[in-house]
Amino acid sequence: MFRKTLMAAAAVFALGNTAQAATEITWWHAMDGALGGVVDQITADFNASQDEYHLVAVNKGGYEDTMTAGIAAFRAKNQPNIIQIFDAGAATIINAKGAVKPVQDLLEANNVKFDINDYIPGVRYFFADSDGKMIGMPFNSSTPLLYYNKDALAKAGVDVPKTWQEFEAAAPKLKEAGYTALAQSHSPWIFFENFMSRHNLQMATANNGYDSTDAKVLYNNDALKDHWQHVKDWKDAGYYGYYGRAWGANQDAFVQQQVAMWIGSSGSFGGLRKSAQFDFGTSTLPYWKGVGDAPKSTFIGGAALFAFAGHSAEQDAGVAEFFKFLTKPETQYYWHKETGYVPITNAAYELAKKDGYYTESPDAEVGIQQLSEEGGDWTKGYRLGFYVQIREVIYREVDKMMNGEETIDAAFATIEEEANGLLKRFNDTYSN
Amino acid sequence: MKRVQFEHSAVPYLFVAPQILIISIFFLWPAAQAVYQSFLLEDAFGMSSQFVWFRNFEDVLSSSSWTRSAIFTVVFSVLVSVLSIAISLFLAVRADEVVRGAKSYKTLLMWGYAIAPPVAGLLGNMLFNPLMGDLYMAFNSFGFEFNHIENANDAAFVVILIAVWKQVSVNFIFFLSGLQGIPKSVQEAATLDCKSPERRFWTITFPLLAPTTFFLLVINLTYAFFETFGIIDVSTKGSPGGATATLVYKVYVDGFLGADLGGSSAQSVLLMIMVSVLTVFQFRFIERKVHY
Repeated sequence: MFRKTLMAAAAVFALGNTAQAATEITWWHAMDGALGGVVDQITADFNASQDEYHLVAVNKGGYEDTMTAGIAAFRAKNQPNIIQIFDAGAATIINAKGAVKPVQDLLEANNVKFDINDYIPGVRYFFADSDGKMIGMPFNSSTPLLYYNKDALAKAGVDVPKTWQEFEAAAPKLKEAGYTALAQSHSPWIFFENFMSRHNLQMATANNGYDSTDAKVLYNNDALKDHWQHVKDWKDAGYYGYYGRAWGANQDAFVQQQVAMWIGSSGSFGGLRKSAQFDFGTSTLPYWKGVGDAPKSTFIGGAALFAFAGHSAEQDAGVAEFFKFLTKPETQYYWHKETGYVPITNAAYELAKKDGYYTESPDAEVGIQQLSEEGGDWTKGYRLGFYVQIREVIYREVDKMMNGEETIDAAFATIEEEANGLLKRFNDTYSN
Repeated sequence: MKRVQFEHSAVPYLFVAPQILIISIFFLWPAAQAVYQSFLLEDAFGMSSQFVWFRNFEDVLSSSSWTRSAIFTVVFSVLVSVLSIAISLFLAVRADEVVRGAKSYKTLLMWGYAIAPPVAGLLGNMLFNPLMGDLYMAFNSFGFEFNHIENANDAAFVVILIAVWKQVSVNFIFFLSGLQGIPKSVQEAATLDCKSPERRFWTITFPLLAPTTFFLLVINLTYAFFETFGIIDVSTKGSPGGATATLVYKVYVDGFLGADLGGSSAQSVLLMIMVSVLTVFQFRFIERKVHY
C-alpha cells in the first residue's frame, strides 16, 4: 500500500516535471457536450504535435458564462491566454482598449505567415477592425440554414422554397398535409441580423458599427417590418409555429414532425442527424425576391478566439503556434466534419472537396456555399456594443408581436429606441 | 461614575467576530462595491472608468422594462409568500391530525425541500412543454386555452406554481414543528371550551403559531425576491415580453450576460433599498401583532 502511494507520488512528480519543461498556455472555451469532446481532441493533437508548449483547454459553460469568467479573471489579473468570445460579445472585448492583442499582430510578431485572404469571404472580416485587421481568430463559425423534412414536402407536393414568395405558395399545401410549415430558433440572429445581410441592407450607422461606437441601429425599416408582418400573418394562418424564445423548443417541433421546415444553424446538422427519425435535407436561408439586392451572403454566427494581453512573450509565442495549428487545413477539416461548423480557410474547404466529403454528404456543404455567396457592402458583419441586451430587447418585442400585445410598428419603435439607448450607454462607457 | 456600566469583557466580541467577519466579506464588502460601481460607467474589463453621479439610476428608472419588472416582482413575491404559507399551514395542520401512517405523510410532504430551485424549474419546464408537457396537455384538454409561451398571465402562473410548490415543503417543516410545540394541555382545555375545530384553530392555534408565521413571511419574501432566480432562468427566462423577469433576473441579464456593470449595480442597489424598506416595514408593523 505504502509502496503504491510512493509510486503514485513519484509519477505525479514526473508528470509535473514534464509539464514544467513545456510552457503552459490556457484556453477557456464555451464548447460543452459533444463539441467539448472535439475541442479536447484538438488540444490533445496539438500537444502531441510538439513539445514546447502544453495547452490546457477548460470549458467555462456557455458563451455568456465564458465571457463573464474571462472578465472576472482579467480584472483579477489572472486571465487565460486564449478566450472564446461569441459574436454578440465581440464589441465588449474589442472596445476595451488593451484587453486583447490582435491575432494578426500576434501571428506576425511570431513569424507565422498571415494573409487575411486565406480565410473564406464570409468569415474574414466579422472579427476584424474597421481597417480590416483581424482581431479575433474565427473559430466556430456557423450560419442560419433551412432544414426540411423530405417526407413532409413530398406529401404536400412542394419543393424546397428558395424565396419567401415560394414559401407563401407552399405553406397552405403543407398545412393541408397536416404540418405547420415553418419554425425558427433564434429571432434576433436569423430574422434580424441575417435578414439584413441576406438582403444587403445596412444594419447600423457608422458602417454597421465597425467605424465607431457612436452608432445607431437601422432595424426600424420597411423591409424588415414587412417581413415581420408576414411572419405574424403566417402565424395567425397556421403556417408558422412560435414555440417561444428557447432554441430547443423550436427545434423539437421539427424533430417531432409537427413542423415541416425549421431554420437553425449549420452547426445543428450533427445533432439533428442523431435526433431526427426521418430523412431531412438542408437548404439556404430564404429571401424576399425584389427586396434589397438579395440574395447576398449571410453573416457568420458563432465565436472567435481572442488572445488576452498581459502574458509573457514566450506564452504568446505558444498562442501563435496553436493558432497556426488550428488553421491548418487538416485541423479545420476535422473540426468541420465532426461539428458541422464551416471550415474557416479556403484551403480547408478545398481539402474537404478533394476528399469527397460533399459527394458523400452534400448537405454539409450548404453552409459554406451560403457564406461564399456574393457579398455586398453590408454582409461582412456588425460591431455593436451591449448587443447581448439588444438581443434581449428583440426577444422581448418579438414575444409581444407574436402574442398581439403590440403592433409591428410599435414593437419596432421600441426596439429602435431601446437599442439606441443601449448603444449610447455603450458609447459613453467606451469612447473616452 | 457611569464608567462601571461599560466595563464589558472582550470575550463576547470574540465570539461574534467570526460571524461579523463572514458578513463583512460576503455581504458588506460586495454591497459597498456595488454601491461604488453604481456611480461609475466602466468598461467590462476595467480599462477605463468615469464617475457619472446618478446617470445609471436615471437610465434604470426611466426604462419601461425595469418598471414592469419591479411591479411583477412585488406581485410575484406577495403571491408566492402568501400562497406557500397558506398551503403549507393547511397541510401541516392536516398532517398533524393524521394518526395512521403519519410518518409517511410527513416525509412525503417534506421531500420537496431537498430540491434545488433550478431543478424545480427544470421539472416545471418539462410539465409545461408545449409539445409533450403533461400539465400543458391536461389544462388544454380541460378547455383552458393555456399558452404560457404567449400569454403573460399563464407564464406568471407557471413560475408562481413552481416557486410555491418548491417552498411549501420548507414552510411545512416549520409549521409542523410549531404545531408540535403547542402544549397538549392548552389544546385539551380549548377542546373542552369550544366544539368548533375551525374556531379553535383561529383563536388558539393560529395565534400561538404567529411567531413561526412571521418568521416564514420574512424568509419567504426573501426567497421570492432572490432565490426564485434559478426557477425563472431555467423555465421562462423572463418571457413572454419580459413579463416574468424579476428584478434579480434583470440584474443577472444586464450584469452577467450583458457586461453592463454600472447599470446592473444601480439595479442591485435599488433592489437592496426595496428589500431593506420592506424588512423594516415587516418588523415595525407586522411584528407588533406577534406574541411570543
